Parts: sequence; C-alpha cells; structure tokens
Amino acid sequence: MVPLDQYLLLSALLFGIGLAGVLTRRNGIIVLIGVELMLNAANLNFIAFWRHRADTGAADGLLFAMFAIGVAAAEVAVGLALIIALYRARRSVNLDEAKELKG
Amino acid sequence: MERIADIFWLVPVLPLLAAGILAVTRRPHRRRAATLAIGAMGAACCIALLGLGATLLHPEEPVVRNFTWMKFGTASLELGWVLDPLSAAMAAMVSFVGTLIFIFSVGYMAHDENFTRFFNFLALFGAAMLGLVIANNLLLLFICWELVGLASYLLIGFWYHKPSAANAAKKAFITTRIGDLGFLLGMVWLYAETGTLVFYDGGAGCLEAGGLDALAARGPGGLLAVPTLIALLLFCGAMGKSGQVPLHVWLPDAMEGPTPVSALIHAATMVAAGVFLMARVYPLLELGAPEGGSTTALTVITWVGAVTALFAALIATAQNDIKRILAYSTVSQLGYMFLGLGVGGVAVGMFHLLTHAFFKALLFLGSGSVIHGCHEEQDIRYMGGLRRKMPVTFVTYAVGMMALAGFPIFFSGFWSKDEILHAAHGWPVSAGPFWMGLLGAALTAFYMTRQMLYVFFGERRQRDAHGHEAHESPAVMTWPLLILAAFAIGLGFVGTPAWALAPEYLEGRHAHLAFGHLFSLEFIGLAFVSTLVVAAGVGAGWWLYGRRPLAPAEDVDALAHLSPEVHRVLGNRFYVDEFYAATVIRLNALLSRGCDLLDRWLWGGLTALVAYGFLGLAWVGKFFEDNAINRGFDLGCRRLDRGAGRAAGWQDGLVHNYLRALGVGFATLLLILTWGCQS
Repeated sequence: MVPLDQYLLLSALLFGIGLAGVLTRRNGIIVLIGVELMLNAANLNFIAFWRHRADTGAADGLLFAMFAIGVAAAEVAVGLALIIALYRARRSVNLDEAKELKG
Repeated sequence: MERIADIFWLVPVLPLLAAGILAVTRRPHRRRAATLAIGAMGAACCIALLGLGATLLHPEEPVVRNFTWMKFGTASLELGWVLDPLSAAMAAMVSFVGTLIFIFSVGYMAHDENFTRFFNFLALFGAAMLGLVIANNLLLLFICWELVGLASYLLIGFWYHKPSAANAAKKAFITTRIGDLGFLLGMVWLYAETGTLVFYDGGAGCLEAGGLDALAARGPGGLLAVPTLIALLLFCGAMGKSGQVPLHVWLPDAMEGPTPVSALIHAATMVAAGVFLMARVYPLLELGAPEGGSTTALTVITWVGAVTALFAALIATAQNDIKRILAYSTVSQLGYMFLGLGVGGVAVGMFHLLTHAFFKALLFLGSGSVIHGCHEEQDIRYMGGLRRKMPVTFVTYAVGMMALAGFPIFFSGFWSKDEILHAAHGWPVSAGPFWMGLLGAALTAFYMTRQMLYVFFGERRQRDAHGHEAHESPAVMTWPLLILAAFAIGLGFVGTPAWALAPEYLEGRHAHLAFGHLFSLEFIGLAFVSTLVVAAGVGAGWWLYGRRPLAPAEDVDALAHLSPEVHRVLGNRFYVDEFYAATVIRLNALLSRGCDLLDRWLWGGLTALVAYGFLGLAWVGKFFEDNAINRGFDLGCRRLDRGAGRAAGWQDGLVHNYLRALGVGFATLLLILTWGCQS
C-alpha cells in the first residue's frame, strides 16, 4: 500500500501547480483550470485520509469528495458561463483587461 | 305635599334643560327657541303652583330633600331643596312672572337677529333664579346667586356692540361682586361656627336649633357678636344684589339691557333675591333679640332700607329716561322691602316683594311697550299724548302706577306698603324709618304722576316732525300686560289686615278671617295718613306738570323752575357716580398704575434680566457648537472620506491582485497555524 505522505506530496504538488496557474496566467480559462486543480488536490487529500484511517466502514471521506466534485462541476458551469459572457462582451478572455469593478 | 316635594327639583331643572338645548340651537330656529323657553318656564310654573297649593294647605313645617354632594374625610357637603311657604311663593311668582315676560319678549325682540341667544340667556336666568329660591343650602343658594349674576351680566350686555351696554354690564357685575365678597365671607364664617350650611336638616341645620344654639353660645367677636357679624356680612351680599345704598349705582345703568330683561331681572326677580336671602336667614338675624326689641343686624337693615327708599325716590323725581325713573323706583321699593323686613319680619318684607314683582314687571313691560311703540324713544320729554294711541298700554300702565304709588283699597301696593308703614310705626327703636318711609311714599306718588303726565297726556312732542306715528303693541305684548295688571290689583286682597293670607302663610301659619282688624283705630288712622300722603304726592305732581299743557321738550323742567340747584343735584343722582369716580375708581386707577409700573419695571426688569442671562448662555452654547462640535465633526468626516478614498484604491478591479492577496493571506494563515501548533 502506498504510504500516506506520497499522496499528500502529490496533492500538495497539484495544489501548487493550480495556485501557480491561477496567479500567473492572464487567460480566464487557464485560471479556471488552476482553480479546478486546487480543488481536486483537496479531494485527493480527502480520499487519502479516508483510505488510511483504521475504520473504513463509513464512507464519509468519499462522500466529501463526491460533494466537492459536484459543487466544483456547478462552479465550473457558472465560471465558464461568466467567461463566455466576458468574451462576448470584449472579444477577449484576458482578465487584466476586465477591471471596471474598481473602487 | 311629600309627593310634590319629590318633584320640586324639576322647577329649576326644566328651564336649565331648555337653556342647555338653546345653547346649541342655531340662530334661524327662532320659533323653536321661543317655544322651548316658554314651555319649560310654563311647566316649571305649573309645578311651582302645585307646590304653592300644597304649602297653602300645610304651611307649618318645611319639607326638605337633602342629598350628599361630596365627601371629604368625615365631613360631607349636603345639598338639597326645600318646600316651604317662602320657597313655594317665590318659585310660583318667579316662574309665573317669568313666563309672562318670556311671552312678552317674543313681541319685543321680534326684530332682533340674536333672538335665540336672548331666549337662551332668559332660560338660564330662570333656572338659576328658581334654583336660588328653592335651595335648602346656603352654598347652593350662593351658586345660583352667582349664576343669576352671570345671567344678568349677559343680558345687560346683550347689545354688547353698544359701549354703554357693555360698560353697564361690567359695572353691574363688579358692583354686585363687592357685596358678594361679604356674602362669601359670611357663609364661610357661618360654616366655621356651625359646621353646616344646610338650612333645615331635621333640627341640625344652621337655621334650626342645632345651628342657632352653636351660634348663640359663641361669645362676642370684637365689637359685635359673631352672629351679628355673620348676618351683616350676608347682608352685604343682599345690598349688592338688591341695589341698596351705597351699592345701588349699578341698577339704573342696568337698564341698558332689553326692556323685558329690566322687567324680569332688574325689577321683579333677581334684585329681590337680596330681600329673599334676608328672609331666608331671618332666624339668624333675629337671634338673641330681646322681647319686643330688635337686634343690631335688623336695625342696620332697617336703616339701610329706609335711607335707600327715600334717597332713590328723591333721585327718581328728576330723571327723564322712562326706564331710569322705574329703575330708581325699584331701588326705592327694594329699600321698602328691607325696611319692612327689618321692622316687621319676613311676612311684611316678602309680601311687598311679591306685590312689587307684579306691578313693577307690569310697569317695565308697559314701558317696553311704550318704547317699542315710539320706535326706541326712551326720553319722556319726547313722548306725550300716548293715551289715545296706545289705549291698552295706557290702562295697564295706569294700574301699575297706582299700585306703585299706593292708591287706597283697590291696589296691591297700598296693602303691602301700608303693612310696612304699620310695622315701622310700631318699631321700638326709632321713629325715623317711619317718617322716611312716609316721605318716600309721597315722592313715589309724585314721580309716578309726573311720568304718567309726561308720557300719556298732553300733545305728542316728537324729536323730529317727520317721525313715525306711535302705535299700539301686538297682542303677544298686551296680553301679559293685562294679566299682570289683574294681579297688581288682585294680589292686594290676600294681604289685608282682615284676611292676612299672604303674610300669615309666609310666616308658616294658617290665616283666619277677622274683619275686626280692618276697623281698628290704628289701621284706619294709618291708612288715612298714607292716603293723604299719596294724595299730596299726586296733587303736587299735577300742580307742577298737569295744570297746564306741557311746554315743548326743550324747555326746562317745572321742578327746575322752582329750585334749579335742587333739581341739578337730583338730576345728577346726588353725584354718587361722580363721587365713586373721584374716590374708589381713582384709587383703583392709581393702584393699577402702581401695579403697572411695578410690573413693567421691577418684575419686567427681573424677567428681562433672567431672559438676557439665558440668551447669553445660549450665545456661548452656539459658539461652542459652531467652533468645537461642528468643526470637529466636519474634520472627522473629511478624514474618514479621505481614508475611504484611499482604501477604495485598493479595489482596482484586477482579479489577479485579489487572487494574490488571497494567496498571501492563505500562506500567512498557514504559517501562523504551523507556528502556533509547534509551540
């Protein structure tokens, strides 16, 4: 059985890649993908902790992950819709150009 | 008797209800107003006549109904009404004369736009006056006393747009108020001494053994005994209301009111309230009288009455206003009533009050008819010859004049005045009042003859040649005159020495026929003397004014030909008004001016000082507010605004900056948590 810290390392790696994508890229779609990566890193953690627990009878970790995936799917739908609306409005998905909402 | 006593309270309450309804009746409902007032007064009259009948059958004991008005501590205030000869006779007279005068007013006030208000006030007066006469409590009597004063004020000033009427109303109110102060003090003192103001209360009332014993046991209070002082204080109120010297000045001026008011209030009823009050508290007045003698209080009343009777009769001889002559005659007759009360007791004074009420109401209504027929002319010099134009008024007026002058046998005034003179003749203290009364009777005959000759005989002397012709008054005015004239004649026969029904009844006894009294030497002698006196008065009047046709109106008075100085003094009413103007009123004005100065400078100055102090404080406050609070607040607001602007700059709209801040925040949180867990 693969030890727990390897899963955690993988998930940290995924999270780091996602975060880097979110912070560095200007393309809205890439940022969305980064966000998804970060989310799924968390999901991986849920599953890993659930698998490495003594009592595996209860499916709570799995359920957490399933819920997170469901919520993420909904979120992506909204996010993609926003980006499409943005693209239609200004023929670009560069987030730095959409800065009208400032104080 | 008991049954009637139970409903006797309706007598004042019915007119009161009418007055209440009329107070909210609008001006155009003239017919309804008159009907309501006359109906209420007529109904009250019916009940009062029932009471009169019951007390005629059983005059001995007063029947009283008391109820508790309010309680304070252990003491309670009892009010109530009494059915005895005094109250029943007064209530019957007031409501009967009142009803006739109400009816007369329908004609007299026909052209007045405030017809409804007039009947409202009349009904209010009727209620108050009837309440006054049936009250079984000095306090209730006082309340009604003040209410009739109010009604009198309202009615004298009925034509308030005339300054003279408004002034006369004020004068009447204030002058009677001076007397009422004495009344109030006497009442409070009586309560302090006896602990009750109820007249008859099963032996415990202030006019019964209970109260009188408490008073009699009281020692002298200073110069006079306490009961005497209380009686004199109460008499002050009676003097004010009944226009006795020196408080008579308001009554002639009160003639500014409409003539039915003069007849009702200032001749027949209200002014007699003073005499009635004295008759009501008579047991108090005669308290401690020696056998066959008189008390101090009664002596004072007698002298005041005698002086007033003569004094006012003298003034009346030189007046030219038809109503003013009658007003002074009223003052004089009220003096007679007090004189009779003082020397002969309740019956003598009250009998004259009752007969006088009828014939003086008759004379006043007659003068109202004359004034109405002559188109508001009141000066007798501009009348004359009216006997052909106004026959009914002339005949009834002549009856009233003869009753007032005391023509023998057939007229009520003769019997009641004779009663007074008879009692005065037998007065043990002094013969003065008798001679003054006799002289007053001669003067009464004289001035009434003069008035008759001026008004009804000779040729018409109009103010301008193209004036309207005089005309007789409508039936609604002449019928009350005829009824009153019948009473002015008939009422005398219930008070003759042979059958002294009225006097005996008023003293609470049954009367018996005794023709022997009629032929007693004393009575015949006195009747002969008074007849002579009346004849002398009438003869003098005819000699001066009737012998030859009266000169034109502008000519001097015949009396002034004889003695101009005397006539001037009398014509100016002995300068009493001028004397008051120079003393009391000037003192009053002086004091008012002093108060004004004190008010304006001392108290006004203090007030201004305080006000300016607060104004200064307010200025300081305003300065502080402007400079410290407002400026500080503004500064704070500006800072906040600037700070918020700077903070708003952070929200630059770039998603990446937000995400970066999120990342930095997340990392910091992580670091803190890791570091926190390790330590």
